[in-house]
Amino acid sequence: MSAPTYYLPAGLPRPVAEADGLDAPYWEGTRRRELRVQRCRACRGWQWGPEWICHRCLAFDVEWTAVAPRGLIYSWERAWHPVHPALRGHDPYVVVLVELPQAGGVRMVGNLLGDPMRDVLIGAPVEAVFEAHDEATPPFTLVQWSRSV
Amino acid sequence: MVNAPRTIRGRVAVAGVGETTYYKHGQAPEPEVTLALRAILRACDDAGLDPREVDGFASYSNDRNDPSRLAAALGLPALRFSNMQWGGGGGGGSAAVGNAAAAIAAGYADCVVVFRALAQGQFQRFGAAPSASTVSGEQALTFPYGLISPAQRFAMRVMRFMHDHGIGREAQRAIALASYHHAQSNPRALMYGRPLTPEAYDASRWIVEPFRLFDCCMENDGAAALVLVSAERARDLRQRPAYVLGVAQGSEYRNGARGHNAPSYASASFTTVAPQLYTMAGVRPKDINVVQSYENFTGGVLMSLIEHDFFAAEDANGFLTVDNLIAPGGRLPLNTSGGNLAECYMHGLELQIEGVRQLRGESPNQVPGASVALVISGPMVTPVSSMILGSGAAL
Repeated sequence: MSAPTYYLPAGLPRPVAEADGLDAPYWEGTRRRELRVQRCRACRGWQWGPEWICHRCLAFDVEWTAVAPRGLIYSWERAWHPVHPALRGHDPYVVVLVELPQAGGVRMVGNLLGDPMRDVLIGAPVEAVFEAHDEATPPFTLVQWSRSV
Repeated sequence: MVNAPRTIRGRVAVAGVGETTYYKHGQAPEPEVTLALRAILRACDDAGLDPREVDGFASYSNDRNDPSRLAAALGLPALRFSNMQWGGGGGGGSAAVGNAAAAIAAGYADCVVVFRALAQGQFQRFGAAPSASTVSGEQALTFPYGLISPAQRFAMRVMRFMHDHGIGREAQRAIALASYHHAQSNPRALMYGRPLTPEAYDASRWIVEPFRLFDCCMENDGAAALVLVSAERARDLRQRPAYVLGVAQGSEYRNGARGHNAPSYASASFTTVAPQLYTMAGVRPKDINVVQSYENFTGGVLMSLIEHDFFAAEDANGFLTVDNLIAPGGRLPLNTSGGNLAECYMHGLELQIEGVRQLRGESPNQVPGASVALVISGPMVTPVSSMILGSGAAL
């Protein structure tokens, strides 16, 4: 079995849930290939990034909801300068900010898979790709994005 | 009885300014705290004040040189005000001046120093990734995707803003060229004697699109300080006072929402701050003679100028030309010392000092008769801040 390939090289910082558990349901969801965001049980408002309180109605009653893993490119950047030792010698890569209209317009940061030199269009539809790092300690899954066909 | 307007206007002044030599990153020949002490003593000397009169300190961005150590080192008879503005980056530069001025106006202290000292070679560098192998919280949402450095953190805000308003990259270039132009007549500037041409800008490497190398601030070592006293006291001192007309800090609705979820994402964070500043100062944009606007990245400067209402976003391409941005004759002389791009990245506090110099008539790129100066601190972070200084003619 060949080693898994990821969009960015190994050695970048690995994500772990916060010590107080706030975002643990998000990271657990990604392991199950679910994209979860927060939703208030009281006012039904959406929320991301995570917080213990609903910013709309101030209820401490925020639940985690799986949403359709698709969105629209809200903004993007193509990174060239290697700011981390793991990125030295690597090709430029594209970071996207993806808006989820089906979840109140919350936004997710990820990489746009594919040729990094392709034009990136704000507003273009994208679909989530769950990039599982099963061999990591602890294992984690990143949410990447690819252009919708 | 009508309530007095709640403004600091004209009550406090910058009486003295001081800087060390500015060094390339990692090349300071002295410890960071020594740099801080030298800048503070120079500011006092500039004002004609006995340093033992200092009774307060204000800084920002978690400056490592805490007021109790400075007060002990300087043998101050009493420490009466110690203030750290929350938030990272350069967003606190004007707020620190505002906090010092508020303390003086309220009577907490009489002589407050605002300072910033950086010797990044002796500590962690801003533009390099921390060495942690795991990250959590906000960083977990960005670092694993290679979104790590300040340039990477802000590029998508600028990309969206330029997309929304059809702003071309020549606008960013004009900001960089203006800073380098001004640095050529400023011997303090690290880029003194190293002019930048449009061709060299265009040929420079990408750091992260839409930022080329020359769109990004330097990283430097040194220290800068300003000493503030009441307006009455300032009039008895050596220099022409630079009066604080207004200071505002903060950011708009949920600017700090994690994972790039600020509702007004394509913002430099001044949309609520700037109107408050103008109201407090009793000044309109057209009254301002010269602007120092913090350049972490040129895209942040153009957003800052728009949010401070100098021109509409739709007019940015026409307004942001080198001719319009340079002293003495430009419509809006900008970053007249060379600023963070070409003088020194003293976390923006060199911009406060240049604002004072303009009001004294001592800038290396003097705007004739400048009486009102705007300083904008730290676009795209939260909280940000900005301030307006005026000469005696502005009161």
